[in-house]
Amino acid sequence: MGIEAAAKRAVKAPLMTTRGLSKQYVQRSAFSRNKFVIDAVAEADLEIAPECLTTLVGESGSGKSTLATCLALLERPDRGEIWFEQKEISRLSDRDLRPLRPRIQMVFQDSAGALNPRFSAAQIIAEPLEVQGRETGQGLRTRACELMEEVGLSPDWADRRPLEFSGGQRQRLAIARAIALKPALLILDESLSGLDLSTQAQIVNLLLDLRDKHALTYLLISHDLSLAEQVADFVVVMHQGKIVERGTRHDVFLRPRHPHTQQLVSACHVVEAAFRTAQAGGQP
Amino acid sequence: MSTPSDTVPTGASPLLSVRGLNVTYGRGRRSAPALCAVNFDLAPGEIVGILGESGSGKSTLALSLLGLLADKAIIEGSIVFQGQELLEARESCWQSIRGARISSIFQDPGLALSPVMRVGDQIAEVIRAHRPSNRKALKQECEAILREVRLPEVERVYNAYPHQLSGGQLHRISIAQALVCRPELIIADEPTRSLDVTVQMEILDVLRSINRKWGSALIFITHNPALLAGFADRVIVMYAGRIVEDGPATRVFRRPLHPYTKGLLQLIPGGSQQENVMQRGRLPAIPGSLTDADRLTQGCIFEPRCSARIALCQEESPTEIAPERGRRVSCFNYGD
Repeated sequence: MGIEAAAKRAVKAPLMTTRGLSKQYVQRSAFSRNKFVIDAVAEADLEIAPECLTTLVGESGSGKSTLATCLALLERPDRGEIWFEQKEISRLSDRDLRPLRPRIQMVFQDSAGALNPRFSAAQIIAEPLEVQGRETGQGLRTRACELMEEVGLSPDWADRRPLEFSGGQRQRLAIARAIALKPALLILDESLSGLDLSTQAQIVNLLLDLRDKHALTYLLISHDLSLAEQVADFVVVMHQGKIVERGTRHDVFLRPRHPHTQQLVSACHVVEAAFRTAQAGGQP
Repeated sequence: MSTPSDTVPTGASPLLSVRGLNVTYGRGRRSAPALCAVNFDLAPGEIVGILGESGSGKSTLALSLLGLLADKAIIEGSIVFQGQELLEARESCWQSIRGARISSIFQDPGLALSPVMRVGDQIAEVIRAHRPSNRKALKQECEAILREVRLPEVERVYNAYPHQLSGGQLHRISIAQALVCRPELIIADEPTRSLDVTVQMEILDVLRSINRKWGSALIFITHNPALLAGFADRVIVMYAGRIVEDGPATRVFRRPLHPYTKGLLQLIPGGSQQENVMQRGRLPAIPGSLTDADRLTQGCIFEPRCSARIALCQEESPTEIAPERGRRVSCFNYGD
């Protein structure tokens, strides 16, 4: 998708907005009464444009994953607001959240750990449908097979266990489960990080196809800038718990303003430049 | 910074010579070939990058060069290291080689280090396993190697436990362990996967400077061709346990011959910064994936995913040819 199309979609109201979102972790020492307070996320203001791919980048320990678990309300933020589809959701009770849960889905990095090893592929995909009462009986399996086909897995493999699939196929399985309930927002926490470059490219292409088909919105968390450089509509940069920069891919990569972003972008370009020089036949 | 040489060192006796290496896991009907007729030579001081997707046999190759394959693996062929046949070596012999003359750096240093031992002692342990030394000399050697891998605050790091150090620091510790006996060959199996780009570059820099200073040969295994540019002298591309292309890095990057190599190189954003940012549409992925069924069918194993396939590819498996001096490729329809 081009920059113009992204800009057009962004004109619509954001799907999710956060204001002053903060999350602290308190670590108690085992041997003394000392307490360490870690500001995992501090005063995060974020906007996620609908039907766009927003990439959240930052080094390890910058608070990306904490922010993601707060956005999915797997953890409650300490302070701040989360607006989702024009509703403030961070202080809703668990019961009031229940109808909203299917709208926000998450895909994790370690697909082997995220999928029940004793379930078959079809059972894994059908479980959320069953829990939410969307399908019953034979309908469950039929729908699971449809979803497998949609993410590029053969329905013939419906009875295989997750560990019989390769890493890339398992990640497709996790995506099939995540889209089973027709969510609006999909949060992908380093979902592509453990994969080979070629598998990564395949999964990214799958995500883009699914977005166009189902009007999905993605928040992709990654430490890999070169991926963001190629596919993101919007880029958000985190550093030490704070959001230090956000903007279109164009702005962040061509005109980074924060020194930390400049550092990340130039490191990413050093690698690519060395490769280009090698391809051109010159010496780096 | 020395530039990778454009010529394949020939003539001088190789440091390592691998011939007809076959590795199969399991027996009978359920057996799975992991390496298939792998041949290559490594010159002293050479940096070779091994490139391939997961399942291509890269890690099996690393393990067989270290004599660390599981017992259930069936291994055939020959691995000659400095004139010694390693496949016939007994475990006692391996113990004097591993860590001292051939050492390894693995992917996850957090798992490779003991959590209950100070990292300095863990480095000293490697030296002690190979030659007698006294406490004072050991400590000096360890501190020297910590400086060599560019760790700051050597004194503090020496006395730290693994959990007190960052991921990047732990990586340097495991590199220090691999280097402390000044091995002739270092095998690095995806040592920078899951690291930030900045840390990745620093690690590559450390390895390159060690290679230049001590002349240790290096086998660097990765799935990311961008890391090998300007770093490796030679690139070996593996697919499904076979070497499909081998040649000097500069020439492979400038003009890849095998369609698979071309596909891998396309994955690196190659345009200018401006072009990458303006790119739209889908990424240039290689379609399909390697399946076990592919290994059994006749013809070229890459044929189902290949963009340059011809009629012959379905019937016959291509043999290796040397289209230029110092290069080889297994493909009927190689080149442009």
